[in-house]
Amino acid sequence: MNRSALCAAGAFFALIATAALAENAPDPWPGLVTDIFQNRAVGAADGAIALDAPARAEDAAIVPMTMRFSNPSQIKVATLVIDQNPMPMAAAFTLGDKSGVGFIETRVRVNSYSNVHAVAETSDGRLRADAKFVKASGGCSAPAVKDQDEAIANIGKMKYREFKSADAAKREAQIMIRHPNASGMQMDPVSRAYLPAHFIDKVEVFQGDAPIFTMEGGISLSEDPTFRFTYAPNGAKTIRVEAYDNKGGVYKGEWPIGEAS
Amino acid sequence: MLRGILTLVATLAAQFAANAAPAFSIYEIAPGVYAHQGKTSLMTRENIGDIANLGAIVGVDAVAVIDTGGSLIEGRAFLAALREKTQKPIRYVINTHAHPDHTFGNGAFVETGAIFVGHKNLPRALAARGPHYLSAFRDQMGDALDGVTIVAPTVTVADTMTLDLGHREIVLQAWRTAHSECDLTVLDPKSGVLFSGDLLFLQHVPVVDGSLLGFLDVADRLAAIKATQVVAGHGPVPAPWPKALEDERAYLMRLTADLRAAIKKGEGVAAAAKSAGAEEREKWRLFDDYNARNATAGFAELEWEGP
Repeated sequence: MNRSALCAAGAFFALIATAALAENAPDPWPGLVTDIFQNRAVGAADGAIALDAPARAEDAAIVPMTMRFSNPSQIKVATLVIDQNPMPMAAAFTLGDKSGVGFIETRVRVNSYSNVHAVAETSDGRLRADAKFVKASGGCSAPAVKDQDEAIANIGKMKYREFKSADAAKREAQIMIRHPNASGMQMDPVSRAYLPAHFIDKVEVFQGDAPIFTMEGGISLSEDPTFRFTYAPNGAKTIRVEAYDNKGGVYKGEWPIGEAS
Repeated sequence: MLRGILTLVATLAAQFAANAAPAFSIYEIAPGVYAHQGKTSLMTRENIGDIANLGAIVGVDAVAVIDTGGSLIEGRAFLAALREKTQKPIRYVINTHAHPDHTFGNGAFVETGAIFVGHKNLPRALAARGPHYLSAFRDQMGDALDGVTIVAPTVTVADTMTLDLGHREIVLQAWRTAHSECDLTVLDPKSGVLFSGDLLFLQHVPVVDGSLLGFLDVADRLAAIKATQVVAGHGPVPAPWPKALEDERAYLMRLTADLRAAIKKGEGVAAAAKSAGAEEREKWRLFDDYNARNATAGFAELEWEGP
């Protein structure tokens, strides 16, 4: 695609994004491009990245999002942004060289009607974005922790699952980490003080010693952060995870790679 | 001209809905026990958030109110209706959990001097969710949300608590995380009436905002409560106890079984949320508003089962 076509596509994309926004609220996206992407030009996805998002957030606290990459070797970083959330940058995944990650599925909180952007930084240094508009959940759904005692009691527990990959050349796995991943905006009813935020800010996933991806994120990720993904196997025998939270918590897990895929 | 009149009528109707004291009924379902049946609906401006069942128990000396409705307007209407039945002081306002359709009317009862009572987790649940509820419900309720404040309990229940209304002792029981993390039931042994809060849904599809497995467990344990009638959180008032639990248990078991099967097959949460529980669809109202949500939260809970 030549440059002017790319610009036209970008303008078209911006138009759709603007039209989809709730009535009169100002579009936060230009400001987010400045803050998160240092005001670099963000072009159309152009097939490099695709975002699967539900049309409506069913549970505001658990909204599945999948970023798909048609040519994984082309992707350096994939960033998920929930435009209207208090902390819009939900997660940035830096893919390992030759990791072959075909998709990453995670779950996020969606506070209100919002555009969600999936932005790929490709190896040519460009930013390409796909976007979906997600309607807020109705009823008494809130982007809050379901059971705060349970969340703290189980903090740091991990689970690893394998799946039969649709792509024979790849393996499919899921990493789950128990953590409240709580925003700091809740008030402690006893002390009347605002509770400090407590969230996973970094997760590194390796096959053997080779990184599959490193995730940097914040409170827009759901409690018990989970990542399901495909990767190109390098012959390693184990999957290894190191997770870090903003209070200095370090959580590690390692599992033998099975035969499921 | 006709169009103008119609517009005028519509405007007046809307103003009536939002501002005037709406028609509000409470019924004496047993001597000294009153209940109001909310509409099986989502909260809207037109229904002033009146979607949950509310109640009151009157002793020789005082009154306990159980939940206050989904807006200040509804709370005031409830208080006015109650005042036509009794002039005794309202000593307690009990919230069965944190959801807005049960607590947004609390403000109407502040000036009665009542003590607000709830589950030990209710204060933090209101702190964590209250601001979100106030902004999220503005879209659907508009000016019917005016004046709503988050009023937290000052007396909390960790296990059980007995409140004396004068020759009438009522028993409050706090439950583990089930429908939510702050569910509280109120039993009036004198009449045999149980106020279940949202631990029981009738006709209105159950809402799981805490723990699917916890909800199933608590639903089983609730059946042992010695009552004859129940005022559910939503649905017909009153209903026979414990028979009223049957439909809800069937729904929760179906959803759990479907989700476990989906997880075993390796399905993702989005796909599972579309299909789990579908067999129950015709049995419930508001199914499409809540089932996928229940399935989503249930999936995230159940995928931690097993090795």
